Amino acid sequence: MGEVLEINGPIVTIRQSGIRNGDQVKIGRLGLVGEVIHIREKDALVQVYESTESLRPGEQVVGLDYPLSVELGPGLLGQIFDGIQRPLNKIMALSGEHIARGLEVSALDRDRSWHFVADNNLVVGSELRGGQILGTVEETETIQHRILVPPDSHGIVIEHAPEGDYKINETIVRIRTDSGSVEDLKMYHRWPVRMPRPYQSRANSNVPLITGQRILDTFFPFLKGGKAAVPGPFGAGKTMLQQQIARWANADIVLYVGCGERGNEIVDILQSFPELKDPYSGRSLMERTFLVANTSNMPVVAREASIYVGVTMAEYYRDQGYDVVMVADSTSRWAEALREVAGRLGQMPVEEGYPAYLASRLAAFYERAGSVNTLAGNSGSVSLIGAVSPPGGDFSEPVTSHTKEIIRTFWALSKPLADARHYPAISWLESFTAYADRAAEWWSEQVGKQWYVRRQQALSLLAEADELERIVNLVGPEALSSNQRWVLESAGLIKEAVLQQSALDPIDSYCSPQKQFQLLDLMLQFHDGGVELIKLGMPVEPLIELPFGGELRRLKSMVPSDDLKELARYSEKIREAFDGLRVEYSNGQETKS
Amino acid sequence: MSELEFRRVSSIHGALMFLKAVDGIALGDRVVIRDRDNNRRNGQVIRSSKEVVMVQVFEGTDNLDLENTWVRFLDEPFELSLSPGMLGRNFNGIGEPRDDRPPLISNLRRNVNGSPVNPAARAYPREFIQTGISAIDGLNSLVRGQKLPVFSGSGLPHNRLAAQIVRQARLPGDASNFVIVFAAMGVSYSDARFFEQEFESSGVLRNVVMFMNLANDPPMERLLLPRTALTAAEYLAYELDHHVLVVITDMTNYAEALREIATEKGDVPSRKGYPGYLYSDLAEIYERAGRLRDRHGSITMIPILSMPSDDITHPIPDLTGYITEGQIVLSRELNNKSVYPPINVPPSLSRLMKDGIGKDFTREDHPRVASQLYASYTRALESRNLASIIGAEELSERDHHYLEFAERFEADFVRQGEHEERNIIETLNLAWELLSLLPPNTLSRVSEEDLHKYHSWDGSG
Ligand SMILES: Nc1ncnc2c1ncn2[C@@H]1O[C@H](COP(=O)(O)OP(=O)(O)O)[C@@H](O)[C@H]1O
Ligand SMILES: [Mg+2]
Repeated sequence: MGEVLEINGPIVTIRQSGIRNGDQVKIGRLGLVGEVIHIREKDALVQVYESTESLRPGEQVVGLDYPLSVELGPGLLGQIFDGIQRPLNKIMALSGEHIARGLEVSALDRDRSWHFVADNNLVVGSELRGGQILGTVEETETIQHRILVPPDSHGIVIEHAPEGDYKINETIVRIRTDSGSVEDLKMYHRWPVRMPRPYQSRANSNVPLITGQRILDTFFPFLKGGKAAVPGPFGAGKTMLQQQIARWANADIVLYVGCGERGNEIVDILQSFPELKDPYSGRSLMERTFLVANTSNMPVVAREASIYVGVTMAEYYRDQGYDVVMVADSTSRWAEALREVAGRLGQMPVEEGYPAYLASRLAAFYERAGSVNTLAGNSGSVSLIGAVSPPGGDFSEPVTSHTKEIIRTFWALSKPLADARHYPAISWLESFTAYADRAAEWWSEQVGKQWYVRRQQALSLLAEADELERIVNLVGPEALSSNQRWVLESAGLIKEAVLQQSALDPIDSYCSPQKQFQLLDLMLQFHDGGVELIKLGMPVEPLIELPFGGELRRLKSMVPSDDLKELARYSEKIREAFDGLRVEYSNGQETKS
Repeated sequence: MSELEFRRVSSIHGALMFLKAVDGIALGDRVVIRDRDNNRRNGQVIRSSKEVVMVQVFEGTDNLDLENTWVRFLDEPFELSLSPGMLGRNFNGIGEPRDDRPPLISNLRRNVNGSPVNPAARAYPREFIQTGISAIDGLNSLVRGQKLPVFSGSGLPHNRLAAQIVRQARLPGDASNFVIVFAAMGVSYSDARFFEQEFESSGVLRNVVMFMNLANDPPMERLLLPRTALTAAEYLAYELDHHVLVVITDMTNYAEALREIATEKGDVPSRKGYPGYLYSDLAEIYERAGRLRDRHGSITMIPILSMPSDDITHPIPDLTGYITEGQIVLSRELNNKSVYPPINVPPSLSRLMKDGIGKDFTREDHPRVASQLYASYTRALESRNLASIIGAEELSERDHHYLEFAERFEADFVRQGEHEERNIIETLNLAWELLSLLPPNTLSRVSEEDLHKYHSWDGSG
């Protein structure tokens, strides 16, 4: 069908006839898989997902006649795939510890049987539309997999299989299509990854995605179906934060995409998740999780593909009516893969070597997030959370700055905070969210009427303290009033007792919304108590010397999310202490006068 | 091996050579070049088409001409011969002996580029290595299979630190020693000699394989050297079951060679002229550290790199930090204060520490103590900064406690002898001694029990 003309890293020029742009090809005696990305006259440029080492000019190329697409059906959950959806465990069985080239492995297990229960509406003679639910199988104990009609199929049911055990290659429904031909539907179908899956309409969700992380949920809340970015220099905590979200988010399905990052971080998940319990279902976390891993030492072109492979699988579970979270670590590596290919194609670089279409590609990717009404009439969502790795930690570089324009929640990680081991090192000054007002409704109904007010109060306290610190650093603490010194104290308390949250603390790793609110409320109660006394004229020193500091800061790791009585007791204790102080102080004042 | 020799060099520039009318040459193949004086050079095919083949020449193209240059394509990639006999030997970047002894002969030969490890085949590294250095063991612990670079600068004692780690590193309660793979690129003769003498005097020379390309050796060979060295390391770890410690110095010289060849090829530059693929290229090297599920051995990697102008945001340390599992950063300021090892604690990090310390590996309080030291030291640096602005007299009592803590932390905890080996318990006890300079209500990262058990506060500091 064609032959290799030139090999330039991952880009191979072929002489071809009749190949379409976007088609998959198999190259040479090794059968390397690639994708046509450019056609000019008789030649085509192919980006190859595997190393092209040892490939020669003159080797044969076979077109596969379909674009890069993924298999969608039961058996995805719990798996780990490479950037083009090959299961890494199967690859290991075939080629050992190192990934061989040219392996052909399908994503879904052909030999496994699933117990299929047909949907009640599935009867001979009924009409089937794309995206409709044919029936269900139990994919894991927590997840009912809804078998969908491929989005582009449509017809009348001629026959269907009864409830029973089937392999995914067996036909379960036969339809007559509009054109009169017969189409066999199976429990899986394929979908091209670069094309967003269709839905009925966009929906407006106001439900926050709870991650159990205070600085996220309380201060910079995020909604189901939203898009967020986590930028930060190396070592600031992007990966830990994304892993925390993958662990604790109140989503139905979590997809972790390791894009050009460390192999050991993937192993960390593979080893720890099966042992961890989903706080909502009580079952192993792995039952709702799956991974795409194209680590930094794996070929760069597959890295570019991995993001689309991931988001297409996420959309597929959304279409079943689930809330899906996809975290991608790191979108910068994806952008770099894009840059590398663009560079080899000789496309004009515009900023730091990136091609002009970087911004539009990023936007198109994040556009695949959202809450939707599915073709089957359910609601589902895809939330996208991408890490960004700016060179030198410089947020003005192209990937960070373009991403910032696109997303609605920006969780900015700061190096000074990470250096002080203030984790999560999320800057309360640089971060933002556009979802706070919408999340407020849920919080005030479900958790506490005062949520919005308390959150605002804490944020302004933190901002004021930052300003005061600048003053102290210019002229020393003596220049501050008692009230200002108290603000500094309270801000310090909030940072340590509320914002800091160690992922490694068995009790504090996950913090329920109730606990989040009560902890914050308690610290602000402490602050307010002091403010009131200072207003009466009391000096700040005795307040600073109050013996609560250590205890309040340790509460988060003492009080478990499912038993908050201790917090109420503390609230009482603080009230008494301030009452005592007030009485003491006004008595003292009286005797003086 | 092909016997065909071509004399079809069509152009030459820098380290690149172009040949015409030699169709069907495989990418990555090894090339042997013979010049007019019959001297041999080594090259590798880095681009291949029907019309023209691009070869990078590791020894450079000086004195080559188009007429009298013969090129032989070996029809195979760069491979390294592997045998237990490589221990105690010294090779160059392409695996040829530098030590006047015969080349290694073995049936076992491996492509030095390796192939990517399947992430599903890895085992998570978690066994604590005691280096005997408090600032590392206590605050940035190293574990077996980790890649933990040293970010240094010219004139800083990174070599002495690396040598001390090599001398002292062991698993507490485990007698087996590391086998060392030492890879040097662009270092001076005296630096290389320093390491050789170190290995000799500590009696480990028989357990070391050296790969060296000194400052006056051909720079392009550095592109291959770490790959060659890691191929040896993988063999020692996964086939001979050794725990291997790989010391690579200086990665900056490697990256510069890469930039040079990239510029000659006309690759699109990203930052500071380095090619966009520097990240992936470095990752191919660093990610070869680790552990595998079904293998006994391990590869622990300590790459050393000097930060150009002490700038940690420079692409080389920056991309390295994005790939490695932490970094040990050296500080010129501490070095000027005669603190050895001058480890700059706040920007240093060990990402794998969290799973390799605590009850099962070191001591139960270790994670909290480390976190507390970090918090207190960065707080103390603020006090020091404030003192420099408004004068120490103006400081509060709390700030005075912190000032003293900062001094003692640097002088007693970070500083230690080049031959001083502190075990982890000594390190942790020392940490508590310092934390006892601070009032208990400032120590919120440790638990109440820790305070009862280890903290002795007499109310004044
Ligand atoms: N929330 C957290 N709790 C505890 N430790 C954290 C937290 N976030 C980050 N860390 C620490 O910081 C290190 C680096 O974090 P990581 O997520 O790997 O950074 P990045 O991905 O930004 O390079 C981790 O290994 C861990 O020790
Ligand atoms: Mg990371």
